[in-house]
Amino acid sequence: MEQPGRTMLAKIWDQHVIAHISDDTDLLHVDRHLLHDLGGSRGLLDLRSRGLTVHNPELTFATPDHAISTAHGRAGTIKIGLELLTALRTETSASGIQLFDVDEPGQGIVHVIGPELGLSLPGCLIVCGDSHTCTHGGLGALAFGIGSSELTHVLATQALIQRRPKTMRAKFEGKLPLGITAKDMILALIGHVGAAGGTGYAVEYAGSAIRDLPVEGRLTICNLSIELGAKMGMIAPDEKTFEYVKGRPYAPQGEMWEQAVKAWRQLPSDADAVFDREVVIDVTRIKPQVTWGISPEHVIGVDGHIPDPAATSDPERRAALQTALDYMGLTAGAPIAGTPVDWVFIGSCTNSRLSDLRAAAEVARGRKVAPGVRAWIVPGSENVKRAAVAEGLDKIFTEAGFEWREPGCSMCLAANGETVAPGQRSVSTSNRNFIGRQGPRARTHLASPASAAAAAISGAIADVRMMER
Amino acid sequence: MPKPFDKLSAVAAPIMRTNIDTDVIIRIERLVGNGIRGTLGKWAFGSLRYLPDGSENPEFILNREPYREAEILVTGPNFGCGSSREGAVWALQERGIRAVIGSGFGDIFFANCFQNGILPIIVDKAVVDGLAAEIELTQGAGRIGIDLEEQTITSPMGKTHRFEIDPRRRDGLLKGLDEVALTLQRDDDIRAFQAADRNQRPWIHFAGKQA
Repeated sequence: MEQPGRTMLAKIWDQHVIAHISDDTDLLHVDRHLLHDLGGSRGLLDLRSRGLTVHNPELTFATPDHAISTAHGRAGTIKIGLELLTALRTETSASGIQLFDVDEPGQGIVHVIGPELGLSLPGCLIVCGDSHTCTHGGLGALAFGIGSSELTHVLATQALIQRRPKTMRAKFEGKLPLGITAKDMILALIGHVGAAGGTGYAVEYAGSAIRDLPVEGRLTICNLSIELGAKMGMIAPDEKTFEYVKGRPYAPQGEMWEQAVKAWRQLPSDADAVFDREVVIDVTRIKPQVTWGISPEHVIGVDGHIPDPAATSDPERRAALQTALDYMGLTAGAPIAGTPVDWVFIGSCTNSRLSDLRAAAEVARGRKVAPGVRAWIVPGSENVKRAAVAEGLDKIFTEAGFEWREPGCSMCLAANGETVAPGQRSVSTSNRNFIGRQGPRARTHLASPASAAAAAISGAIADVRMMER
Repeated sequence: MPKPFDKLSAVAAPIMRTNIDTDVIIRIERLVGNGIRGTLGKWAFGSLRYLPDGSENPEFILNREPYREAEILVTGPNFGCGSSREGAVWALQERGIRAVIGSGFGDIFFANCFQNGILPIIVDKAVVDGLAAEIELTQGAGRIGIDLEEQTITSPMGKTHRFEIDPRRRDGLLKGLDEVALTLQRDDDIRAFQAADRNQRPWIHFAGKQA
């Protein structure tokens, strides 16, 4: 009898099984463990308090991103942020773990530097104490976020006990319209399946529009997997992936490169692989997306209207919509475009790579940030920053009135004290519009880098398609 | 190491809003630092529990009697979605919560609960809604009973509901097992896997060192 087709998830999963624990649960090998300043030193201290040592320091890499200031010279880093940075330096050094420190090439948001340095590879199993670890799936890796206890477990054992998830395939078909980006694609999917649509699944993104996307766009797609509830998201590696990875500092070279690529070509799901759930999105119908509420599923096209709770008969849903409207200070039924904004944040592990900054700069070039709007550009890594400066993007932004910052997570989650003031409205290229995410009572609208730049120039939520040249 | 969990009979508070994310359970600024354990209970649900002036919001259920004593939360769909922050579980635990009942939870939050000896129970939404309704009817006076060994919930009005749970997770909670210690017993397997894998996938094990 012929073997049934296997999914990419099954292929990568099976390659990492150290031991079967029960029917659907395995002890998996962790190929890359990424640490950051918020939880890294805590995990290493926890390990030491148990009298244990790091199992494989050479497979563990660290960088500060969450709690450091993104002001020049890291001025104004909160005291506790400095303490965490010091602890991360001390503890990684004591354990023989490589640290990419501030102002060094290699430092940056952990999900930006993994792919950028070639640490994250196709077929790799990658974990990090951060839910957006799914980002690395854009290279064809099996990558997911873990909690503090699991982090300690990985430090101690270089392995993790996991239950095999169900599989979902989300196919994006068609040619992407002009002005529509990876961010719009994934927000549209979240709007379609909901914030719990992927819970319990590993999602594989496929279809012609995914194949057409450059690798950085694929990283953006996978980054938002967790916002549809899936802790793992992945895209089959292809020639674009190999070209992206080749020559990066930690990528294999020479003979080992050939050997790796040969193995990676076997990873994509077989044509007859069966998924537990299939979703198809027609990308030709996608408009620039913007969220209006307090969950990424509260998303509409920029030419759309804010939902009216009165229009829904389900009382639970009506109450949820009303809560969101009240928090966001919006009027039911009003057009979302034209909503005045106070802040624009372009950055985060979702949208802070060179291609994101180029897209924003293209909108900003020769224009001015609207009076009363504060607009920040926070590059995802030291290398992104240097590459952007080398091609003059920083000048375009500063001449337009944007602030050009140092790399870090910054205002995406406001762990470092960089916040949107209470009641103020922000358009952000990040991943979460949760209550208080960007600061207590801050109001967040998620959008693409180009849409965020358009909002900065317009002083209001705007349709970037009207501003493109 | 988690405390064992077997039976519980306690006041339960319904928090039924959909998509209560872990940012809402605990704000990030409460989690910045290595000495946060033990400080989080008073900040659980901070943005719902306190008014902007810092005083208690009398409307929020955990600020009302008898729900101040709640050890069980009955939750709306997708509770604990979002960030992987285990601080969300620590905050609930430090607030006295020992079990959460809902129709579905964020995947990472769900795993984090078990790591800390908190029992997350998934049952049909109709059961969750029924429990919330009975809590309302009895104004919190009726307790919810949980028996992990038997895999049952007893509602405030005495109805019994069975729930499913991964047997490995159940065993771990009943015994308060330390997963790290268990896995370290398999260290020979881990090392054997790595030895073979160095030949199979050398690029994983010699990152940046082959040049």
